[in-house]
Amino acid sequence: MSQLLEVSGVSVSFDGFKAINNLTFQIGKAEMRAVIGPNGAGKTTFMDIVTGKTKPDEGTVLWGEKSQSLLSMNESQIAQVGIGRKFQRPTVFEDQSVADNLMLALKKNRSPLAVLFFRPGREDQERIAELAEEIGLSAALDRKAGELSHGQKQWLEIGMLLAQDPKLLLVDEPAAGMTPAEREHTTEILVEAAKTRAVVVVEHDMEFVRRLNCKVTVLHEGSLLAEGSIDHVTSNNEVIEVYLGR
Amino acid sequence: MADLALSFSRRPVAMRHPSVVIFIGALALFTIAVTILAEGFGIGVISNSFVKTLGKTLCLCLVALAMDLVWGYTGILSLGHMAFFGIGGYAIGMWLMYARTETIVVQSLASAPLPPTPQEISDGIATQIFGVVGASEFPPIWAFAHSLPLQLAAVVLVPGLLALIFGWLAFRSRVTGVYLSILTQALTLALSLYLFQNDSGLRGNNGLSGLQNLPGLDDVPQSTVSMWFFWASAIALGTAYLLCTWLVSGKFGSVLRAIRDDETRVRFLGYSVEAYKLFIFTFTAIIAGIAGAIYYPQAGIVNPAELAPIASIYLAVWVAIGGRGRLYGAVIGAALVSLLSTWFTGGQAPNIRLGGYVISWVDWWTVLLGLSFVCVTLFAPRGIGGLFDHLAKLRSPKRRGAPLGPDAGALREKEADQ
Repeated sequence: MSQLLEVSGVSVSFDGFKAINNLTFQIGKAEMRAVIGPNGAGKTTFMDIVTGKTKPDEGTVLWGEKSQSLLSMNESQIAQVGIGRKFQRPTVFEDQSVADNLMLALKKNRSPLAVLFFRPGREDQERIAELAEEIGLSAALDRKAGELSHGQKQWLEIGMLLAQDPKLLLVDEPAAGMTPAEREHTTEILVEAAKTRAVVVVEHDMEFVRRLNCKVTVLHEGSLLAEGSIDHVTSNNEVIEVYLGR
Repeated sequence: MADLALSFSRRPVAMRHPSVVIFIGALALFTIAVTILAEGFGIGVISNSFVKTLGKTLCLCLVALAMDLVWGYTGILSLGHMAFFGIGGYAIGMWLMYARTETIVVQSLASAPLPPTPQEISDGIATQIFGVVGASEFPPIWAFAHSLPLQLAAVVLVPGLLALIFGWLAFRSRVTGVYLSILTQALTLALSLYLFQNDSGLRGNNGLSGLQNLPGLDDVPQSTVSMWFFWASAIALGTAYLLCTWLVSGKFGSVLRAIRDDETRVRFLGYSVEAYKLFIFTFTAIIAGIAGAIYYPQAGIVNPAELAPIASIYLAVWVAIGGRGRLYGAVIGAALVSLLSTWFTGGQAPNIRLGGYVISWVDWWTVLLGLSFVCVTLFAPRGIGGLFDHLAKLRSPKRRGAPLGPDAGALREKEADQ
């Protein structure tokens, strides 16, 4: 099975501290993966490397069927090949309406001239209505994103991620600050998305990970500690020691 | 679906932006009123020099509009846009000075027994223009000064190219925030210092003068010429206002404001932040150049002091006082502060006698301006434009002082209520 993303032998250190140490990671085209690990395990740095925010000291990051190297691209080029990212803290454009936020994310030509002459068509508006419906913000389309509650901002960001229509979704703690019902809805959306694309979820909450019902990668001190089903990794002694046992 | 349609730009621009209609209407009324009251075509109640002051003020409003686009909307605090303004002035000034001197030289040589050769005419012009800096030959930079179309092209191209190259270098290296401000300031300082040199080819600290005299139009009185330039200023400001509104109202404006508040996030959405910044930096530099080209023929003189960093800082102050992130705010700020400045520094404001000390406004005006800038920043970050929100009863939710995004240029809570 060909892989969508192949990270191999990647290391990065900040001022001598090895944040990622010889990490290897692969994910297929339509696959869900949960990444867990204690604080400082390198989960966020891993996402930074894939999305181009941090350049690794060594190793390769290959993308897609043509095995393009992501290391020579900048953040916006990486986003354009189809990698979407949701941050831990909800980051939406607070001064702009929910509709504008979704419109910004909608998969379209991103070059300045194309954007300058862009006027939303009927199908764009329908797509945005559809997304708003899915994330429960239909009534809030005209409101400024800054007015939304923390949970609603999380939803909006998930909506923006879906609007980008990426091939790979990197999701950092999607369920933080959500009610149990909202968590369930998030799980549904992510599971649904993983049918057609790759989804990587970084999460602390083991219950949430269990509900995702997918392969789990455990990181520790920047390297891979264990990989497998949730039951497999939770019964691994090393994992229990460094993470779950605490 | 009904309320959905409202969220998008299907309605005409005028309906979505009532401020545009009001602005253009006010500008038109103002122009007509000045035309009626001025000497040139009207009853002559207001003096010629005041018409020029008003025309110049409109040009300053135009460059403030550019500043608002680059700072208020995109979050790039450029402290160098008045350099582009000055360059525009120099570009048009070269032609004005050349062509007018040419007429004078040709006239004076006409009485000579032999008809003058082109070389003699050219030398005559050069001696006239550069005698003041001890030179009598044309520097290469004057190669196109004989041609109005080429110098007009320079008004647009020189600021545009300079901004493009500078912006490309700066944005590509991801220089942001205060470092970018310092860089832009260094650019304008360097340019100003260069122009101060006599061998820069642009007459050193004398600058270019006599720009109020249009070549070949000696018979036209200044009262008429000043009205022409006043109209040109008004038309340029109106056109630019419409263009800027169009630019910031659609998705493009949405991207610009997103860059201002959180540029990292914009990158992760797949937008090339650098390309957008470069576009807006260059575009506004061109607007500034055009504004300068209409301003300096009304001022009559352009010299290197006009490019000094302080001018660009004033520009930022105008936009801040008017209210950044709204186009009419920039215009109001520039008009109000520059007219007040003219009034105070022109010696028209009455001095205040405090026992033994006399407050002379010519000296104290900068103190007053500085204080009002500090007060606006602290107590009314939305500036004068914020008053309109107050009138329109626009409110927005409490954010307990949190800014709207992590970037240095991001709007603060108090600015965002719109």
